[in-house]
Amino acid sequence: MIKSLKARSNDLSLSSNQLEILDNGIFKEELPKFKNKLKSTTQYPLRPSQLEIFQINVGYMCNQVCKHCHVDAGPDRKEIMTKENLQKCIEIVKKYNIPTIDLTGGAPEMNPNFRWFVEEAIEAGVEEIIVRSNLTIIKANKKYEDLPSFFKENNVRVVSSLPYYQASKTDSQRGDGVFSKSIEALKMLNKEGYGVKGSGLFLDLVYNPAGAFLPGDQAQLEGEFKRNLKSDFNIDFNQLFTITNLPISRFLEYLIASGNYEDYMEKLVSAFNPAAVDGVMCKNTISVGWDGKLFDCDFNQMLDLPVDKANSNHLDTFDLDDLMDREIRVSQHCYGCTAGAGSSCQGAVA
Amino acid sequence: MSDTYYNPRDLKKFGEIAEFEPKLAEKFFDWYGEVFKEGALTVREKSLIALAVAHAIQCPYCIDAYTEDAMQKGANEKMMMEAVHVSGAIRGGASMVHGVQMMNKAKKLSM
Repeated sequence: MIKSLKARSNDLSLSSNQLEILDNGIFKEELPKFKNKLKSTTQYPLRPSQLEIFQINVGYMCNQVCKHCHVDAGPDRKEIMTKENLQKCIEIVKKYNIPTIDLTGGAPEMNPNFRWFVEEAIEAGVEEIIVRSNLTIIKANKKYEDLPSFFKENNVRVVSSLPYYQASKTDSQRGDGVFSKSIEALKMLNKEGYGVKGSGLFLDLVYNPAGAFLPGDQAQLEGEFKRNLKSDFNIDFNQLFTITNLPISRFLEYLIASGNYEDYMEKLVSAFNPAAVDGVMCKNTISVGWDGKLFDCDFNQMLDLPVDKANSNHLDTFDLDDLMDREIRVSQHCYGCTAGAGSSCQGAVA
Repeated sequence: MSDTYYNPRDLKKFGEIAEFEPKLAEKFFDWYGEVFKEGALTVREKSLIALAVAHAIQCPYCIDAYTEDAMQKGANEKMMMEAVHVSGAIRGGASMVHGVQMMNKAKKLSM
């Protein structure tokens, strides 16, 4: 298993070094900076529309070390959200009637207060709780094997990464043996009714390209995943979300090491779609870091670009009116969300 | 004059062929775009056909372009290699089927 950039003391573990790369090189003269691109389509500055999703990163610890991980997550990451901060999230969501909580990580289930939090959130009347589960966590340890029934009891929406319906591409991105464990976990979820028509339990899959190319048409890939997972493994799921890999953290490391960085950035820039800008997730989402800091999205969180509101950039100082009045912070990684059909945590947007 | 006949970066300049003849280029690119849209064939089937043809005509630009395009459309390595085999089989078959012509001629010339 590879280690996180941080554990390897890789230069890219520092967000400042990543931003330096994204601000210079090919973006020095050759390619337009994202901000200028938005100006050319009169879409600058980006501003939030309505807060619908409170995306909470409950910690960077993960049982997997995926090659493309934008979080640089792994077993060696110890950053975990405290119960105190989780409680603050509940209070905010309750106070402002935010309809959706989206739990991410790392493997969110590894936060020791994960189950407590989900139950509290339900109690607080949250309309929808999404858990971004990597699937293999369910098979990682006996204590996680009842997660499917826990999800069911709390009507959690499960969103899981599966980059391909065959082992080779999945394992090359997510680690040896991940595909077979993911299939076992999907079967366990199906058994509880997840992804099964009429059950009301939703299981969505996320497709990230396993390499330096952009995702194809979401509907077409969804059809293909459904056909193949059904015929090969008798697995059902609801929707497939295609998500573009953003050039940060370990995916940035891969792009540079494989000599694909410049070509990939050119691809993202030339696929810029103004129509996708309207649907970017930073418009309806606030991302919360494990330490309570607030960001426009999970990617900005990893680049340590907190919301541009000094007086309300933490759970302790959360002020919705002030936050809704902010300008969303952008850099060249944002091209990943506006390329082609666009990309968000809910898949294509245009 | 470049050092080599093919420069990978020239692929990105494909659209620049309009510089010398804009009217025909416009017609060509419109038609090209239309050809690759979903029709009786899926976009991925078209992409794999393009990949096979790219190998038959041995166009390095097209091979790069349609390898990536096919991957983007969800094709895996096995599918792409099968497409290349189709290309090879047709190229090889085209030589072999001319063997009949050779046989015809040889038989005609022989006692």
